[in-house]
Amino acid sequence: MQAITVFQGFLASIGRSVLGLCTSVGRLVLFAIRALSALPTGPFYSRELAVQLLRIGYFSLPVVGLTALFTGGALALQIYAGGARFNAESVVPSIVAIGMVRELGPVLGGLMVAGRVAAAIAAEMGTMRVTEQIDALTTLSADPMKYLVLPRLLAATLVMPILALVGDIIGVLGGFLVSVYRLDFNAGAYVTNTIDFLEVGDVTSGLIKAAVFGFIVALMGCYHGYHSGRGALGVGQATTNAVVSASIMILASNYLLTELLFPA
Amino acid sequence: MSAMISINDVKKRFGSNVVLDGITLDIAKGESLVVIGGSGTGKSVLLKSILGLIVPDHGSIAVDGRKVRGHDKVIMDKIGMLFQGGALFDSLPVWQNVAFRLLQGKRRLPRAEARALAIEKLARVGLGAEVADLFPAELSGGMQKRVGLARAIAATPEIIFFDEPTTGLDPIMSGVINSLIREIVVELGVTAVTITHDMSSVRAIADTVAMIHGGKLRWHGKVADIDNSGDAYLDQFIHGRAEGPIESIR
Repeated sequence: MQAITVFQGFLASIGRSVLGLCTSVGRLVLFAIRALSALPTGPFYSRELAVQLLRIGYFSLPVVGLTALFTGGALALQIYAGGARFNAESVVPSIVAIGMVRELGPVLGGLMVAGRVAAAIAAEMGTMRVTEQIDALTTLSADPMKYLVLPRLLAATLVMPILALVGDIIGVLGGFLVSVYRLDFNAGAYVTNTIDFLEVGDVTSGLIKAAVFGFIVALMGCYHGYHSGRGALGVGQATTNAVVSASIMILASNYLLTELLFPA
Repeated sequence: MSAMISINDVKKRFGSNVVLDGITLDIAKGESLVVIGGSGTGKSVLLKSILGLIVPDHGSIAVDGRKVRGHDKVIMDKIGMLFQGGALFDSLPVWQNVAFRLLQGKRRLPRAEARALAIEKLARVGLGAEVADLFPAELSGGMQKRVGLARAIAATPEIIFFDEPTTGLDPIMSGVINSLIREIVVELGVTAVTITHDMSSVRAIADTVAMIHGGKLRWHGKVADIDNSGDAYLDQFIHGRAEGPIESIR
């Protein structure tokens, strides 16, 4: 009898978790639809969009650039060491290029931006929630979805592919520098190999991924900030949730997008 | 006098906690009503229900004859609000906070004109043009309240809400803010609803007073009558006595 009760409790807890997950996903989807449905109806806050393009895009350049530079360099060393087992050291330029452009540029860039931007958005909007600034927007006849959420979603979606492209170039440069100055590759041959091997589809697939990651980063930052709990603890929790959920969603959607863009 | 705000049998609960339990109240055009009551008695929930930020479980609220159903831009355009903490936008300088509404929507003004109007409103609340380009974080609490007040009156609203306008201010600054509110309410002829615990605010601002206790409207009458109301709850509250029908530990 007691075993049955324990089993029922176990099933109930699974049920509660599943229902909780469905509720959260439903709320998130409705939040995204509410924000995006504001796009055609206006008013459109172009000044806010410009500010967000600058904050999310321009100010993320150093962190994305440095991440890509060191990753490209490390990738070159790893591929060289691995390739040496099969006397295939010459594949370094092509694998660095494809690895950076298809995967590491957008994914690592997305993760770095998630850490920087999702946290910043969640903290800013959480503080605005706690200090009644979001309520103030409403009483001033401004829809917070249009004024706060939509510009951030658009800015992150638009700017993330540019960041990824910059990351790709710097990452390939990192691989080039290590290969030429550390592994004694010929500079001209390295560049020729890279250019000859890369296809347009490799680059565009990375940019598509980056746009999706940008949307995810801004959405998670806005969602958790907008629904932040009270006080410093609530804002801190919102910030943590934004970064963690954005990072997980980037990795999960990366797999799905890879399946979609490069079916086996 | 016709009712500018009409609250009819409004009920609201959060889980098992009944916050508003059948509030019915009319606020006339040009009237200055002050709502008093202990912490957690539902004053702010009532205010947010009028604003459409909270949807009541039962009953109805109408503003100037228009039923409140969530966020309504037509109603919001009639309203100005001073928030408890100011709720100024950190990312905008003072003048853009004041002129926020004038820079958006149908009545969008050119920036130079909006700035001039913001400086005029700042002057009305006793602040000089030198604060116009400062950010809210650079202002004292009293100055933030004044900027919030300037923002509330910037678009010449028909109704102004004041949520705890003197909380966190010293007695002198509280007196200044109370006087400013009274002057502005009389000068603009607006309907005003103020929520406060501060009895000096009540006496300075109110034409009428409503006391909420236990989610119900406990007393409603003219400010001149509060000292002779004969209501033990109101009497205990306005005199700040620990003993009486209101439990001191909530």
